[in-house]
Amino acid sequence: MEYFVQQLINGITLGSIYGLIAIGYTMVYGIIGMINFAHGDIFMVGAFLALIAFLVLVAFGITAVPLALLIVLLVSMALTALYGWTVERIAYRPLRGSFRLAPLISAIGMSIVLQNYVQIAQGARVKPLPPLVQGGYTLFDGNNFAVRLSNIQIIVVVATVVLMAGFSYLVARTRLGRNMRACEQDLKMAALVGIDVDRTISLTFVIGAALAAVAGLMFLLYYGVVDFFIGFLAGVKAFTAAVLGGIGSLPGAMIGGILIGLIETMWSAYFSIEYKDVAAFAILIVVLIFLPTGLMGRPEVEKV
Amino acid sequence: MSDPSPAPRADEPAGARVDLLAALKEAAIAAAVAFGLFALLIGVRTEQGPSGALVIATRFGPLAAFVAAAFAGRFIFAVTRHRFTIPAVLFASPAVKRTAAAVSPYLAAVLLIFALVVPVVFYGNRYLLDLAILIVTYIMLGFGLNIVVGLAGLLDLGYVAFYAVGAYSYALIAQDFGLSFWVCLPLAGILAAFTGLLLGFPVLRLRGDYLAIVTLGFGEIIRLVLLNWQNLTGGPNGISGIPRPSFFGLPFTASESGFAAAFGLHYSPTHRIVFLYYVILALALLTNWVTLRLRGLPIGRAWEALREDEIACRALGINTTTTKLTAFAMGAMFGGFAGAFFATRQGFISPESFTFTESALVLAIVVLGGMGSQLGVALAATIMLGGFEVFRQFDQYRMLVFGAAMVAIVIYRPRGLVSTRKASVSLRRRRNIPTDTVDRTQSLGPA
Repeated sequence: MEYFVQQLINGITLGSIYGLIAIGYTMVYGIIGMINFAHGDIFMVGAFLALIAFLVLVAFGITAVPLALLIVLLVSMALTALYGWTVERIAYRPLRGSFRLAPLISAIGMSIVLQNYVQIAQGARVKPLPPLVQGGYTLFDGNNFAVRLSNIQIIVVVATVVLMAGFSYLVARTRLGRNMRACEQDLKMAALVGIDVDRTISLTFVIGAALAAVAGLMFLLYYGVVDFFIGFLAGVKAFTAAVLGGIGSLPGAMIGGILIGLIETMWSAYFSIEYKDVAAFAILIVVLIFLPTGLMGRPEVEKV
Repeated sequence: MSDPSPAPRADEPAGARVDLLAALKEAAIAAAVAFGLFALLIGVRTEQGPSGALVIATRFGPLAAFVAAAFAGRFIFAVTRHRFTIPAVLFASPAVKRTAAAVSPYLAAVLLIFALVVPVVFYGNRYLLDLAILIVTYIMLGFGLNIVVGLAGLLDLGYVAFYAVGAYSYALIAQDFGLSFWVCLPLAGILAAFTGLLLGFPVLRLRGDYLAIVTLGFGEIIRLVLLNWQNLTGGPNGISGIPRPSFFGLPFTASESGFAAAFGLHYSPTHRIVFLYYVILALALLTNWVTLRLRGLPIGRAWEALREDEIACRALGINTTTTKLTAFAMGAMFGGFAGAFFATRQGFISPESFTFTESALVLAIVVLGGMGSQLGVALAATIMLGGFEVFRQFDQYRMLVFGAAMVAIVIYRPRGLVSTRKASVSLRRRRNIPTDTVDRTQSLGPA
């Protein structure tokens, strides 16, 4: 029981990170119907930017952890958003209206570019960061197993909840959110009623990248290491989460993320750690067979 | 005193004037963006310090170079934008079009003859022969994937799984049962085809991007199983000592019973390389021939119909289930053949050879070659892998350039290198059709 609760906590933390990345996928897919394959690598870039920003701050003598974290968060969000914007501008916008596979190929190319760019610029070695946020609470203790909730886990989950709330507000209540929803329903009609479609899509990428940057920072804090390859697997799992939750649905992305996190953690805890990724992919396949629209997605209507 | 932008002259067309001030502004914005992008990742380098913790070092030189390059590049682009554009020069200028039109009818034949004489011409050059084998292997993979993606319109991001199944099937069967390459080759193909069916069943209902992501997951599952099933596959250590193919029972060794002795030749290790080259060339040509024949058969037409419109397909009474499954199985079978060949050529396989990058490379070959065009696939494979070799000395920049080239080609030439092909079936005269018809689904929303 204690073991299970511990895994539950770990799974939810991991799932929050996946959920934050999944939002980027689900929004972009909802609006322009493409898998932004480079999104996982945007997340990786975000983690690297956070790491470097932190080291630079330390070099400048700013070591108060809360202040440093806040600055790092803002810097990495802003710069990663710039990456998201640039990728969209260079690799996707020229292909708007092109055939369906073109943006996907371009995205795969961009993913390779980002990975290798970071590898060349920062080296292929794993980059460790000493734990910044330490301590935590022992929730309860029984059967020689203490269930612990660390501060970093609290930060990850709280940050995710706050961001989700803010983001839901943005989509539901603001002008930008309305434009995004309009674009999601019908790009051409949105353009006809005076919505700047290009700008809306750009902003979607910017927001998605900023959220991925938060996920990157959380990943860095939680695991303490980053390398140039973390984006691929995290990206695929986050996409799985988006599909599981129902693509195009924001709460779906979050729930899907948490489910994937839980499945992965539970699988590693109770079955075999080697096959945890197999479990995640197998879940994806099973869900798509029996529930092709995901948990909260709308059924896609076939029209001739 | 002097105005930066020259006064408009009457004889100049209005659109051709260059606004230097606007160009400078654009360039400044580009430089600012570049600074934002590169300030931390290029301007600062993280290194392992003496105590194990990370320390940072600044690299302002490269950072300044990148920002300057962005400024200059954007400025030149802004100034010359009205005069010409790169794609127009490269692909649409009359001279290029005329040359292409003049060359294209003979290109396939010339390439085929060239492919046949490669070992004769480059006999002494082991390096080029190896490269040729690699290129033809990818051409074969491209042909195989072309059946799934180009003909049936099913986007497969996990094609490498079948390649892996073929390679491991050959390696395991040949090692454990001592069967020869020629017996194992069809077995590897059949096993890969069954894997294709295995993948095909669950994804029958999926379309488009969902299908893509499931096939990607499938490819990863296969790789992870190969990596973790230590007893069978040797895990990350892979399988080594895979038997080499023989020439109708004559092994390529220096012994009395070897190939060289039987034909009264001096033994040379190149014999085997040349033999391998012809084996893979024959396999690739077989794939090509089968594909071309299948396109004319009912099943091939059903594939192409499926690609165009699945609903119409069903309305016409085409069994989409078997149509999709055969496409997967056929594509997988050829992938399996290529995999078996890969295993016998390398003599060693490990899961590392079957990563997603391979799938992406083969898919890039198919799409950039022009979907559904056999010649395009061959050209794209040659250009891409040849380009890889050219960049071999800049090893760490190779993949970066590859990714950038993928983006650039798909932007400037979204239809691929060969964007027309002969219609598979036509009423009277065989005509070229643009590959636009291959996939008319627009990327504008899921609709």
